[in-house]
Amino acid sequence: MKLLKQLSVLAVAAALPLTADAHRAWMVPSSTVLSGDAPWVTVDAAAGNGIFYFDHFPMMLEGVGTPPANSNRQPAPLTITAPDGSEVAPQNGHLGRLRSSFDLQLEQKGTYKIAIANSGRVMGMYELNGERERVMGSLDDIVKQIPADAEKVNIVRSDSRMELFVTSGNPTEDVLKPTGQGLELQPVTHPNDLYADEAAEFVFLLDGQPAPGVEIALIPAGARYRDSEQARELTTDADGKVSIEWGQAGLFWLEAEYKQTEGLEAPVTQRRASYSTTLEVLAP
Amino acid sequence: MKPQLAFALAALLGSSALQAADAQLTVQIPRLDVAEYHRPYVAIWLENDAGHVADLTVWYDTEMRDDEGEKWLKDLRQWWRRSGRGLDLPVDGISAATRPPGTHELALQDLPAFKELAPGDYELVVEAAREVGGRELLKVPFSWPVSQAADLQAQGSRELGQIRLQLTP
Repeated sequence: MKLLKQLSVLAVAAALPLTADAHRAWMVPSSTVLSGDAPWVTVDAAAGNGIFYFDHFPMMLEGVGTPPANSNRQPAPLTITAPDGSEVAPQNGHLGRLRSSFDLQLEQKGTYKIAIANSGRVMGMYELNGERERVMGSLDDIVKQIPADAEKVNIVRSDSRMELFVTSGNPTEDVLKPTGQGLELQPVTHPNDLYADEAAEFVFLLDGQPAPGVEIALIPAGARYRDSEQARELTTDADGKVSIEWGQAGLFWLEAEYKQTEGLEAPVTQRRASYSTTLEVLAP
Repeated sequence: MKPQLAFALAALLGSSALQAADAQLTVQIPRLDVAEYHRPYVAIWLENDAGHVADLTVWYDTEMRDDEGEKWLKDLRQWWRRSGRGLDLPVDGISAATRPPGTHELALQDLPAFKELAPGDYELVVEAAREVGGRELLKVPFSWPVSQAADLQAQGSRELGQIRLQLTP
């Protein structure tokens, strides 16, 4: 079944967005700034070419919808953290052909974090008799699986993180605390307090430390209705900080990437870390 | 009351409290010829250079079951950011029902927030947001207290009509 195979590929892509053939993946929320006693938000998750257009595949997420019965792939782990630090389960999950979606009721006041994260994943790539091969698993497994006569051996350790923030009432800081693993966003400006006429500042952390030289792509929604994607490229400064002038209100997709090929502990030849988030910028 | 006692009280209570100044606000909500009309949500508050000073009133649907009317307060997006999102709603003396198209008068000097207002330069801010409609925000700068009568106005274009602030010493 072609669809099943593609879904399986996507589960891997979601877990490792930095694989060469991965599409861009994102979550898009119905709202990020909410009022009322216990408002609801709904979130769509997909991967594809256009930002926030459901033109390719759903993301397969733990606890969201029913994967095809004979799927042998693991959905990506989804963690929703409430303002008080407790975990909340997604509701009304659905896995569709072009997107997956789930609902979340904000029963607490404050900021919720919705995260899809994988850390310390290892992948081995090599060529044997002109054929390109790929192996997954623990570092030990991978080393054992790679034949002695393999060429162009590359062992990549990767961390990926996709986050989304939504706030009921006053924005709070508790869920913004970094985990210390992989590439993370440390807000100076709260991610649910963004306005078109104000610059926002974020610090990017690698394993909990400010990360200079991280490359960031920023793309405003709505590319279908203009000639250019209007992607902006930014780089974190010596303190790991980046300042963003939005210039317009709306949803933005932000992706940050870090790559390292020197100073790694053998047999790892490459370290990759990625972070992406969807930010809603409000009109003043 | 003996003059000395009155003087002492004036010193004790601050100058504005005994000046008996009036601040009359008139807010026009225009009648709109639209297929689906809902009364606007309206927030009225005071700001100064340092930011939000005090809420004067917020008109929203306070009658809905389970406080469902609060769900749309975020559409008063400046007010929500400056104040609303930090409040435990409804707030006595601030939360009030929506009002129909027409001219509405508020005697600001009777509101607790205005009675305690320190002398200084302010902006009166009026923000309106309407379900299935638009949003508009107007500001009227003023100084408080006044030494002579002032008639200050701002004109809305769609969701608000004329905003008029009449100050008398």
